[in-house]
Amino acid sequence: MLIGISLISFFIMHLAPGDITNNEASFNPKASQESREQLRKLYHLDQPIHVQYGLWLTRMVKLDFGQSFASHQKPVFWQTTDKDGNVTKGMIQEALPKTLVINIIGLIITLILAIPLGVLAARQYQGWQDRSITLFNFIGFSIPGFWLSLLLMYWLGVMNNWLPISGWTSIDYDTLGSWGKIKDHLTHLVMPVIIPSVTGLASITLFVKNGMLDVLNQDYITTARAKGLNEHQVIYTHALRNALLPLITIIGLSIPGLIGGSVIAETIFAIPGMGKLFYDAVLMRDFPVVMGILTIGSALTLLGNLIADIAYAWADPRVRRGVTREA
Amino acid sequence: MNKQLLSNILANPLAKAGFILIAFIFTMAMLAPIIAPYDPDMIDVKAILLSPSATHWMGTDGLGRDVLSRMLYGGRISLLVGLVAVGISTVIGILLGAMAGYYRGWVDTVIMRLVDIMLSIPSFFLILAVIAFLTPNIINIMIVIGLTSWMGVTRLVRAEFLSLSQREFVQASRTLGAKDGRLIFIHLLPNSLTPIIVSAVLGVASAVLLESGLSFLGLGVQAPQSSWGNILADGREYIQFAWWLSAFPGVAILLTVLGYNLLGEGLRDAIDPRSGNNQ
Repeated sequence: MLIGISLISFFIMHLAPGDITNNEASFNPKASQESREQLRKLYHLDQPIHVQYGLWLTRMVKLDFGQSFASHQKPVFWQTTDKDGNVTKGMIQEALPKTLVINIIGLIITLILAIPLGVLAARQYQGWQDRSITLFNFIGFSIPGFWLSLLLMYWLGVMNNWLPISGWTSIDYDTLGSWGKIKDHLTHLVMPVIIPSVTGLASITLFVKNGMLDVLNQDYITTARAKGLNEHQVIYTHALRNALLPLITIIGLSIPGLIGGSVIAETIFAIPGMGKLFYDAVLMRDFPVVMGILTIGSALTLLGNLIADIAYAWADPRVRRGVTREA
Repeated sequence: MNKQLLSNILANPLAKAGFILIAFIFTMAMLAPIIAPYDPDMIDVKAILLSPSATHWMGTDGLGRDVLSRMLYGGRISLLVGLVAVGISTVIGILLGAMAGYYRGWVDTVIMRLVDIMLSIPSFFLILAVIAFLTPNIINIMIVIGLTSWMGVTRLVRAEFLSLSQREFVQASRTLGAKDGRLIFIHLLPNSLTPIIVSAVLGVASAVLLESGLSFLGLGVQAPQSSWGNILADGREYIQFAWWLSAFPGVAILLTVLGYNLLGEGLRDAIDPRSGNNQ
């Protein structure tokens, strides 16, 4: 699996017309023949292609993507310490937590809203609540995230000046007290968090609703009702637990979309996270950074799926006890 | 398609609404050369950033170009990119899915592994990376979107083929000595067509969104050619003075994508009334 990913990212790197060093050099007219040769050596471009791939693979295993072309001597992934003991932080190391924070908060908000909404829609199936939730879902699926970002920016930032329209922190961040710092972070987070939440809300609400509908038609729900449990107990202790199981898988599967979606949101709101880093790297043809992020993004996806599988096994007693049953 | 199916589709309110939306947008884009009031690329320095009025229904942009005309012509690009990209991904999906589902064994293993790998790379990253290394233009965008979104169709076709090949009519035909090609194209494929169509319609929705996102980031359709995405990108720069530059393209994208989504879901419900509860 990982080998396949490494092959694809390696292949893309070589899709680029010409030689990486030429590209690098063409952005820097002062680059001499000598420094080009140095670069070629550094990235082993003087070796045959399968040797290059081998080297790329060994570096990838160590998560060492070399140094950025564009930002001078900045390590792509993890901090390095030079001989004087100065620590240079890695680019992905700095950017990744920001993207994760935004998406995790977004996901939590989504779940808090989507589960009750989905349950409501299933209970009032074909009622007006269900219909309005369905309408909202369709719009949520169809609205371009970047347009929604612009609308929010215009409404909350430009028209009303309630929230800062861009950045991770304000310019005067360092002068703020600790409470002020927290508040500053939060206000900058609001809009970027809303964007992935809206799309996520649409799809997760739909899944909860469909899951509930399936479960509510099953015999054991009828049994639960027949033995006189009140509706609240039937829904929340008997039905919901089973309806939520597939959700775990869906959340795991939505990770690549979330990471990919962060490009647009982070670019618009000027948040120095993975998405923005990737976008800038792509524009500057900063290959090591692009490759590094592609690999980390894929690794995160795999990790997400793995966690989802484990969570599923933990939540579903049938899997947990190794019982196999035809679904 | 039989009559019953057609009337089912037309009776479905979702499909109907989606169809009307799409038909309207397509008509507008087709008629662009006739109904567009101005040349979409005509720069008029005396008419910069005019708000919507009787002469310019959707106002003008930062170079004095008529937004309505640019919207109409941009619509053609956005719609075309969506259709061609999905065409590419559907063809790839059918071919790979058919091979995996029909031949099984190691062919299936290899193809499904490839699907898994492609699914685990965040596709927007992949698209951006490839686009940036090639030159961004319409052809490349269509190809790249197509090449990165065939996985769903492949899985679908494979599943259909796997279950269909167990059915009696396929077994019978095989017993009568039908060749692989005949089995695949005459028996299996036509019978798995309906889910493919539904997924293709829904696929166009996401392709249109992708294209507009790319153009918005400046890595899609390039100026001076207009697309809804890059009109919106202009709108972003003038967001404090010119709401119409962001409002109209945004609504256009929303309506188009909504139309395809409604049509796709409606088709799904109409073809298989039970499927409304799954997926």
